[in-house]
Amino acid sequence: MPFGLLKYGLSKDYPAQHHFTPAKELKKHYDVVIIGGGGHGAAIAYNLAKYHGITNVAILEKSYLGGGNTARNTAVIRSNYLTESGVKFYSESVKLYNNLSNEFNYNVMMENRGQLTLAHSDAAIRSFRWRAEVNQHLGVRSELVDRQTIAELVPNLNMSEDSRFPIMAGLWHADGATARHDAVAWGYAKGACDRGVELHQLTEVEAIDIANGRVTGVKTNRGSIACGAVVQAVAGASSIVAKKAGIPLPIHCYPLQAMVTQPYKPILTPHVSSPQVHVYVHQTSRGEFVIGGGSDPYPLYNTRATLDQRESLSAAALELFPFLAQARMLRQWAGTTDMTPDYSPIMGLSPVENYYLDAGWGTWGFKATPICGVTMAELVATKKVPDLIKPFELERFYRFEQINEAGATAASH
Amino acid sequence: MKILTCPLNGPRNISEFTYGGEHHSMPDPNTTDSRAWAEHVFFHDNAAGIVTEWWCHSASSFWFLAERNTITDEVIRTFEASEIYNQRIDFVAASTVEGS
Repeated sequence: MPFGLLKYGLSKDYPAQHHFTPAKELKKHYDVVIIGGGGHGAAIAYNLAKYHGITNVAILEKSYLGGGNTARNTAVIRSNYLTESGVKFYSESVKLYNNLSNEFNYNVMMENRGQLTLAHSDAAIRSFRWRAEVNQHLGVRSELVDRQTIAELVPNLNMSEDSRFPIMAGLWHADGATARHDAVAWGYAKGACDRGVELHQLTEVEAIDIANGRVTGVKTNRGSIACGAVVQAVAGASSIVAKKAGIPLPIHCYPLQAMVTQPYKPILTPHVSSPQVHVYVHQTSRGEFVIGGGSDPYPLYNTRATLDQRESLSAAALELFPFLAQARMLRQWAGTTDMTPDYSPIMGLSPVENYYLDAGWGTWGFKATPICGVTMAELVATKKVPDLIKPFELERFYRFEQINEAGATAASH
Repeated sequence: MKILTCPLNGPRNISEFTYGGEHHSMPDPNTTDSRAWAEHVFFHDNAAGIVTEWWCHSASSFWFLAERNTITDEVIRTFEASEIYNQRIDFVAASTVEGS
């Protein structure tokens, strides 16, 4: 009933639910300061407050909640990675995602659609077989599938043998999923703020105070704060913030571009990606086709969209789904990815005492949000590095023990 | 298409070029410990602002340097490496370790 809805909307008693209490004045001291109010920062605060009883926490966000890479990723959740450390870490995250709406009592619109990666060469089939074996060994649903199965899974995929790169086989990952990325950040922020955490938006950290190798506070554009510990969770600006604490990082920032079509009827269920033609495509629950995965060829701190990427992403998407030729583009955007040399994140201790790193999130940050919240909060609360994130510490680069995560990006490997 | 001016070949489409990393000087391999070497190999300044970096014109394999603003994506200038490397560098072979 449209009039009923109008009446409801104009009513003084409109029960609009606030996700968090608007920021007050900054306190002089917090036990923990989290720099970065994205999914990761909010998840760490949520876990500190709910499971470790640490509620004197401030999240400092220079812009607005979830407005950085949390808003710019393409919301892919999967765990079909290649290294043991990677698969264990991301599969825990997928498990947490599956229960996230219950955890929050807030709908994050989790959809278990499955993910299909396409092989167009013998070399790709070999590497997929390897990945499938590693995944199955660690309890992740991942298997090599033939052309017939692919045609059944994605009936509208171009299976022609006359295309430039005919599809030979695929890696089917039944655990693959998607969720509403904004809702993930909002759910965590709401849960954290309900338990006493303060979210301060438009609050930028300008300097980090360090005395005797230990962090003592931060200076912001709204005044100075003393604190017991600092966590930086600022994917896309990790090098810039870490530099304020005097910590060099092995990161280069590249823009990653994606685009989305107008909404159409639902015809594509799984997430489909092709490392060969460099594209991934999925249809959102709103009906838009998300076409993603184009990294700029050189580092840049800029989220502009380019015609080059639009052309190459379109060409690749049309090769897989020729019917998209009629689709109208709605928008194109970029996020800044922290690319590490080994395609794995940098989590854990830093050279500065009580200063914790949650960085290097490249193109794998959104899917790691829940497990990152759990493990980083445990680290801050107990000062012990959880086994799950031990391999990802910054020190690995000094010991030449990188984790070569060749399964890190859906479109580039 | 963005244009980059190669000091050898003139203005060309940026798709003809390959980014070659930040320009930074190499520590002496004979005297550097592995920690400092790891930092040289893996760590980056990753600055937001004007940086000096290596580029290669792929078609002619010509390496040169560029000053570029990593916030606005403007190329300030490109120049030949000889502007910085104007003296001969003799790489001394790493001293042999006894028993190896």
